[in-house]
Amino acid sequence: MKQFGGPAILLDRSDINTDEIIPAKYLTEITKTALKPHLLEDLLLDGKPFGPSAETLAKTRVVITRANFGCGSSREHAVWVFEVNDINVIVAESFARIFRQNMFNCGILAVELDKSQIDALFAMKGNVSIAIDLAGDRLTATSDSPGQAAVECSFTLNPFDKKLVAAGGWLTYADSAY
Amino acid sequence: MGKTLTEKIFAAHLRDQPTEDNMILDLDVVMCHEITTPIAIMDLMEKGMDKVFDTTKIKAVIDHVTPAKDSKTAMQGKIMRDWARRHNIKDFFDIGDNGVCHALFPEKGFVRPGYTVIMGDSHTCTHGAFGAFAAGVGTTDLEVGIYKGVCSFRVPKTIRVNITGTLQPRVTAKDIILAIIGKISVNGATDKILEFVGPVVDSLSMAGRMTLCNMAVEAGATCGVCMPDRTTALYLWPFISAQYPSLEAAVDDFRRWHSDPDAVYDRTLEVDVSELAPQCTFAYKPDQVKSISELAGTPVDQVYIGSCTNGRIEDLRDAATILQGRKLAPGVRGIVTPATPLIYRMALEEGIIATFLAAGFCVLNPTCGACLGMSCGVLAPGEVCASTTNRNFNGRMGKGGMVHLMSPFSAAATAVSGVITDPRDINN
Repeated sequence: MKQFGGPAILLDRSDINTDEIIPAKYLTEITKTALKPHLLEDLLLDGKPFGPSAETLAKTRVVITRANFGCGSSREHAVWVFEVNDINVIVAESFARIFRQNMFNCGILAVELDKSQIDALFAMKGNVSIAIDLAGDRLTATSDSPGQAAVECSFTLNPFDKKLVAAGGWLTYADSAY
Repeated sequence: MGKTLTEKIFAAHLRDQPTEDNMILDLDVVMCHEITTPIAIMDLMEKGMDKVFDTTKIKAVIDHVTPAKDSKTAMQGKIMRDWARRHNIKDFFDIGDNGVCHALFPEKGFVRPGYTVIMGDSHTCTHGAFGAFAAGVGTTDLEVGIYKGVCSFRVPKTIRVNITGTLQPRVTAKDIILAIIGKISVNGATDKILEFVGPVVDSLSMAGRMTLCNMAVEAGATCGVCMPDRTTALYLWPFISAQYPSLEAAVDDFRRWHSDPDAVYDRTLEVDVSELAPQCTFAYKPDQVKSISELAGTPVDQVYIGSCTNGRIEDLRDAATILQGRKLAPGVRGIVTPATPLIYRMALEEGIIATFLAAGFCVLNPTCGACLGMSCGVLAPGEVCASTTNRNFNGRMGKGGMVHLMSPFSAAATAVSGVITDPRDINN
């Protein structure tokens, strides 16, 4: 099974949509890797373009965000663009249905936490890193900032989604089950 | 305990129930277009799974960028064509016969009450207008649908939306759904079904019901549904007449899918449309909705009439009543794209195309085109478009562009005025 977790970036906005995650003009690509440079290209945070450095993005393995992440289009490109950037965990208060299902269908994690837990992650000082214990349904956030205590959260994954992650995705699962 | 329409459909299609919250459904129709299907096809080929579960249940179209605009879109079309040929998929619609999927497939009679439908397209919820369960899915779900004929879903709850009152002139299904999204927000129906009922829905045409269900996903819903009735049966009659001794028999048969009176709902939303004004979005989310008069006077650069939401003949007729004898305001670009070849032909015969041309509109072939900023009317940064489409996301119709969603009446009124205009302020 994949290893999940690592350095995180925080996107402090609700309703981040699939056009912001990967604009439709890149949907003409027929390989997933071609999407890689265009991650979150049209995202606005506080009305301003979101622009982390290439170095920051390159070491990011986790995204932490607010409610209704991935709303809009059904394009799985919005999941693949994270996948090809080695981001295999998205932690949010809630997800749009199709986006969430696309994550688990690809065998990667869409973790939902309560608003208070998400608030606690956003309140952390310094650079945040996330460790995921899938067997224990626990998420641990640590920071490189001296004095910043770790934040521990428990989460619930739908048992079927867990099976998809264990199988490496829905196609493999369905091929053997149906 | 009674069942809702969708619960009845789930019971009739249940292949497996891995947990209480998850269900695997058998599919009646798997729809495919050239944006999300080619990657699915190539992945299946790579994995040695290049099969289709039932060639008669696959419906495919090239609609998003057609004719191809560049080598990449040409390649997407070619992958679809080769695949359709290889698997002998008869219902494949290419240039000359193609149109916007959610307008074309209903026109061909592919969706019936009680069906399960998926497509790699979020606006698949449109087909719920026929009393079907139709949901947008990603490419992996599409792959499994093509290969195995099944799809997994979380068991959704249902919100009953009871729509009552009398619509004022030039207030339409588009205004109703915009108002509902504004009320319940972009995730107000996530993982839920929006069941549209009540006298207003009963009196809507199939086109109006499709507009209503089309934007259910803009509130996060898995599907929007309407009860199949005489209007549904009349629309489908050319395709089902051999199955039933009479129209009445079809209407009776459809009734078995209707939600039971004691069905259990998540909640009921009461919507009285008697006072409803034409609606219009502002900013970048489809739940940012106001009465159009509050935005009146906002200058626009482009007016776009088309899409799976509002590119049907009824929509073009609405717009034409305002455009008749008028011209686009100076400096405004007008684009109309009839959603299917049949709609195009009807508009031609009814003189509607002539009205659009005389007003100064550019008349395009059926395509999704500018709705998602892929071709045929992309905005420049800072430009504003009054549009009958379904999404006003930042960058949707072109980076830095602003989209105001509205009805065809409102778009036509805005086209001739040059600024956002309440269609009830245009005389005739």
